[in-house]
Amino acid sequence: MPAPTPTALPAAPPAAVRRRRPRSAVLPPLLPSALLGLVALAVAVPGLLAGADPLAADPLAALAPPGPGHWFGSDHLGRDVLARVVHGARHSISIGVVATALAVTSGVLLGLAAGLSPRWLDEALARAFDVLSTLPELLLALLVVAITGPGTANVIFAIAVAQIPAYARVIRAQTFVVRRSGCVEQAVTFGRGRLAITAGHVLPNVLGPIPVLATIGLGTAIIAGSGLSFLGMGPQPPAAEWGAMLSEARDYLRVAWWEALFPGLAITLTVACLTVVGRRLQRRFEGRTP
Amino acid sequence: MIRRLGAGLAVLWAAATASYLALLLAPGDTVDVLVGEGPDTPQIRAAIVREWGLDRPGIVQYLAYLWRLLHGDLGRSYQSQRGVGEILATQVGPTVQLTLAAAAAGVTLAGLIAVVTAGRGRAARAAVSAAELVAVSVPPFLIGIVLLAVFSFTLGWFPVSGAAGPAALVLPALTLGLPIAGVLGQVLRGGLERALEQPFALTARARGLTERALVTRHALRHALIPAVTLAGWFTGSLLGGAVITEVLFGRPGLGRVAVDAVTGRDMPVVMAVVLLSACVYVVISTLLDLAYRAIDPQTRS
Repeated sequence: MPAPTPTALPAAPPAAVRRRRPRSAVLPPLLPSALLGLVALAVAVPGLLAGADPLAADPLAALAPPGPGHWFGSDHLGRDVLARVVHGARHSISIGVVATALAVTSGVLLGLAAGLSPRWLDEALARAFDVLSTLPELLLALLVVAITGPGTANVIFAIAVAQIPAYARVIRAQTFVVRRSGCVEQAVTFGRGRLAITAGHVLPNVLGPIPVLATIGLGTAIIAGSGLSFLGMGPQPPAAEWGAMLSEARDYLRVAWWEALFPGLAITLTVACLTVVGRRLQRRFEGRTP
Repeated sequence: MIRRLGAGLAVLWAAATASYLALLLAPGDTVDVLVGEGPDTPQIRAAIVREWGLDRPGIVQYLAYLWRLLHGDLGRSYQSQRGVGEILATQVGPTVQLTLAAAAAGVTLAGLIAVVTAGRGRAARAAVSAAELVAVSVPPFLIGIVLLAVFSFTLGWFPVSGAAGPAALVLPALTLGLPIAGVLGQVLRGGLERALEQPFALTARARGLTERALVTRHALRHALIPAVTLAGWFTGSLLGGAVITEVLFGRPGLGRVAVDAVTGRDMPVVMAVVLLSACVYVVISTLLDLAYRAIDPQTRS
């Protein structure tokens, strides 16, 4: 997937450059968080934001432009676009969140395992991460879907698999730093067990970069999920998923721009807010490594 | 250099092995897939097993697969019964055209953005970082949909779909190139600004060079170094984006082939596309490594 990965882990800029960078060049400080709150609300209680049924078709009101009654217009089957965008958040966001959670968990475990194993095993795992990261994420995800078949759960699994190498590589590098640190040395001196040291000292200390990476990665996962849905591999119609909505709206572009505009805006704004929040976290935690 | 080649070959071997594992993991019996809708009798099944060598032990099949790959034999498609190599050969042209056009558009735009905005103060910086934020946040197919809505449906400048003529290439290339331009432009601009603060820039100005000559002849070379490290992302973005762009614009090409193969569970074709993209990645990253040496004399030693 054309992912914003290069921005995920840039080298820390020199101090002079960092100081000069305007804090909020693009958006006022609270706007992204507020918008993300709104998206979370749509995921939790969609009925609160849109009363209409996202699946109720009304052929007589098909392709109505935005206006009273249908604030975002209606689609080619007369379904309310506002309701579909609001209810679609649940599909699109949960695909991203579950896939990211899976990828982070497996990435942390694999990275930790690699960083703590004997040299040959570590080398083998590290090379495997390298090879997987040479493949574009979308192709890797498509390879997984070719094995598992289409469907929401399979798309989640595919995106998670495609993102694991990125997390595993970071955690492996962190593990190398932490296992040489004072607290681990001290724990070894006190004769604590291997498992206790790993769980009590190594794990908490390698997790430092994860919140930032996962926030930005969530945006990537949402884009990947909507891309796979757009290709028809994700939630099947009539489910309101943002990528699938855009795929349907493509056929009605000439007559109904609103059917494509609003789900498109929803994806873009959500991912943009996640990226902004992620980068702010990154700036705040910059230089705070164990 | 030899180490570099060895690493590239190792990546290809691992990619081949990974796609072979994917074939093993694919559910359902290979024989079932091959029988398909045709008549299903024990004789036919036995014939298929013999023809495809499915009765041999796994390791022999794996080695035979690697041996065939070495000879450029990618196997046969389950769906069309044609050679996979043949299918890819007929479809590679449009994809190469699309990705090259997109890369050219992306790099040119990024260069323009960087040269025009570097050192122009806060407003320019804010505009470029806003553009970069949009570039990483908009799904690629949405850019295509917006371009279609504006330039094909409203203005009628470009055809809606197909691959006939250069006019049909413009919108797909922009769809694929714009996100690249956004990210690359931001990185190049940052590099340029840092280069322009360095002592050599002062020296060049003291020698009476115009600002334009300073940027194009001296500073741009420094700005290229961080940009080259984005090459992996760049290649992946082109290859992955090509899949979606081809489907959106109804263009023929490898991405199209990949999506059809995934939908039809045509594993040999999927594997071949994955292998091909690994090859492209290895070749491009090796070439860029060489470019890196040409740009930065400090790395030649």
